[in-house]
Amino acid sequence: MTTTLLKIPLAQIAHARSGDKADWVDFGLFAWNEAGYGLIEREVTATKVQAHFAQWLPGQVDAWPLPNILAMKFVLHGALQGGGARNLRLDNLGKAMGAALLRLEIEVTAEELEQAQKSPRRGWWPEVSPGN
Amino acid sequence: MTNAIRIGSGLGFYGDNWEPVVASIERGQVQFIASDHLAELTLAILQKDRQRDPALGYARDVLPMLLRLWPLMQPRGVRFICNAGGLNPMGAAQAVQKALAAAGWHPRIAVVSGDDVLAQLQAPDKRFDHMMNGADLTSVSERLVFGNAYLGAQPIVEALDLGAEIVITGRVADAALFLGPLVHALGWKLADAATPEDFYRLAQGLTVGHLLECSGQGSGGNFGSQGSWQNIPDLAHIGYPIAEVWPDGTAFITKAPGTGGLVNFDTVRQQLLYEVHNPHAYFSPDVVLDMGQIELHDEGQHRVRLTGAQGSAPTDQLKVVAGFEDGFKADITWGFSWPDAWDKVQAAEAMVRSQLKERQMPFDELFVEYPGLNSAHGPLAPLPPASELNERAEIWVRMVLRTRSKAVADGFGRLFPWMALSGPAYTCGFQGLNSSSALLGIWPTLIPRDRVQARVDILEPGA
Repeated sequence: MTTTLLKIPLAQIAHARSGDKADWVDFGLFAWNEAGYGLIEREVTATKVQAHFAQWLPGQVDAWPLPNILAMKFVLHGALQGGGARNLRLDNLGKAMGAALLRLEIEVTAEELEQAQKSPRRGWWPEVSPGN
Repeated sequence: MTNAIRIGSGLGFYGDNWEPVVASIERGQVQFIASDHLAELTLAILQKDRQRDPALGYARDVLPMLLRLWPLMQPRGVRFICNAGGLNPMGAAQAVQKALAAAGWHPRIAVVSGDDVLAQLQAPDKRFDHMMNGADLTSVSERLVFGNAYLGAQPIVEALDLGAEIVITGRVADAALFLGPLVHALGWKLADAATPEDFYRLAQGLTVGHLLECSGQGSGGNFGSQGSWQNIPDLAHIGYPIAEVWPDGTAFITKAPGTGGLVNFDTVRQQLLYEVHNPHAYFSPDVVLDMGQIELHDEGQHRVRLTGAQGSAPTDQLKVVAGFEDGFKADITWGFSWPDAWDKVQAAEAMVRSQLKERQMPFDELFVEYPGLNSAHGPLAPLPPASELNERAEIWVRMVLRTRSKAVADGFGRLFPWMALSGPAYTCGFQGLNSSSALLGIWPTLIPRDRVQARVDILEPGA
C-alpha cells in the first residue's frame, strides 16, 4: 500500500518573518505546535530553501533548527543587490520575503497535515469577538 | 532586595509612532523607556541632513516625541534612553534641552558619543574587510560618508549612574539601549562580568532588549502569517512591548492594559529571531548570546516568561557599519489600461531602452518590475501568460535605472512624458519625473575595541 503525499505551502502549517542585515535576508519560520515542528524540521532543509529561491536569488542558505521555540532560522546570502540602500526593488529590505518563504511547498501525508493543523497551538490566542 | 524593573519600548525606527508609549508610561508601570531611532542605514539620511546644516545629523523626531512624552514621564520618575543622537548626539541633546526648557522642563541630560570611526576607515592603517564578503575596504574608502561602531551598554550605565534622566547616544547596539538601564537598576555586573550567572543575566537582558527594540513588532505588529494576523486585536491602538525584569535575570514580556496588539508565544518568538543570523552566537558588545536553550513560557493574557538565554564573554572587537556612495538611481512608475495593457507596457519599456541607447546615456542596469504582479515575490509569483495579462484592467510597470552618472539619473524621468501624447493609448498615473537619488553601499566590518573610546558628558543646565 502506498501513502498519498500532499503538496502544501508552508503557510498552511507555519508562520514567518523576514529581516535584513546588509546584503543578507534572514527568516524565522515558526510551527504552531510540536506536530508542525516535526514536519518543518524534516522537510525544510537549507538545500530546499536555496532551491526555492534559486531562480530569483541564487545565494547560499544557512539553516539552524531551534526545537526549544518550535522554529527554524534561515539566512539567504546576497539577497538585496548589495544592501537596502542600493537595492532597486520596491521591497528593498526584503520585508515581503517571509511570505515568499511561506510559498515553499512540502510533502506531507494527510494525517500529518491534520495533526499539524488541528493540534493545539502552544501560544495563547484570545477569543475573537464577533465583528472584530 | 531589589524588585523587578519595568522597561518599555519607545520607537522602533526614525519615523515610528510614539503615541503608544503614552499607555506604557501612564498604565504600564515602567521606570524606563528606551527608544531605537537608527536602522542600519538611517545614518545615511542623517549624513545628508548634516551636509545641509552642521547643527543637524540627529533623528529630529526626538523633539516632538519628548515634548509629548516628557511631561508624562518626569512626574512619574520615568527615565528615557535613545540613540536619536545619530551622527550628532551633542547637537541632539542641546536641541532637546532647548525645546524642553522652552516648555518649562529642565531634565538632567547625558550624551554618549565616541562611536564615530569614519576617520580611521578613511585612512586605514589596518584591514577593515567586509564582514560578509571579505572585500578590501580600500576599494571604497574614498567614497565613505559615515562609519560608526556599535557601542555597548557601559556608557549608558555610566550616564544613568550619574543621575541622567535622559540619555542621548549616537550608534550603540540597539539592545544596549535596554541592557544599560537594566544593568544600572538591577546592579548587574557588566565590565567585570565573570561568572556564568553574570553572563546569564546579561544574556537575558540582551534578549529583552532585542525583543523590545522594534516597538510594535514585539507585540503583534507585522505578524507574518496566513489567516492568523486577523485575530490580533486592535492594531490601530497597539501597545508596545514592556519587559518586567527580575534581579536574577528572569523576564516577562507584556504590554499596558487596555491596548491593542498581542503578546504571546508566537508574536514574541517572531521578534526573537528577527534579524538574527546564527542564533547560537548572537554577538553584541556586552555578551554573546546563545538562543538554543531559551524558553518562552506563554502565561496567557499578554504575558510571556523568558528564561534560558545563555551568555558568554564578548569578543575584543566591535561591529562597525559604514556607508559609501555607490552611484545613482531614478525610478518611474506608470500604468496602462485595457485593452492590451501588457503589450503597451512592453512597448513603453522597449522605447525607453532605445532612447537610452540613442542618447548614449550610460547605465549599469535597467531594473523592471510590475507592481501588483511581481514586485513582492519576483519569479516566485509567476506571471500569467501575455494573453491573460492583456485582458487585465490595468498593468503597472516600475522602471529603475542604476547609473554612475548623476546627470543620466536626473535625465531619466524626461524620457517618458512625450509618450503621453505620442505613445500607446490609455496611460495612467505617471510618477517619477524628478526621482533621481544617490545610492549607498553598506560596509559592515569589525574594529578592535581599544580603538573606540566611548565618552559620557552631562549637559550643563541651560547650556
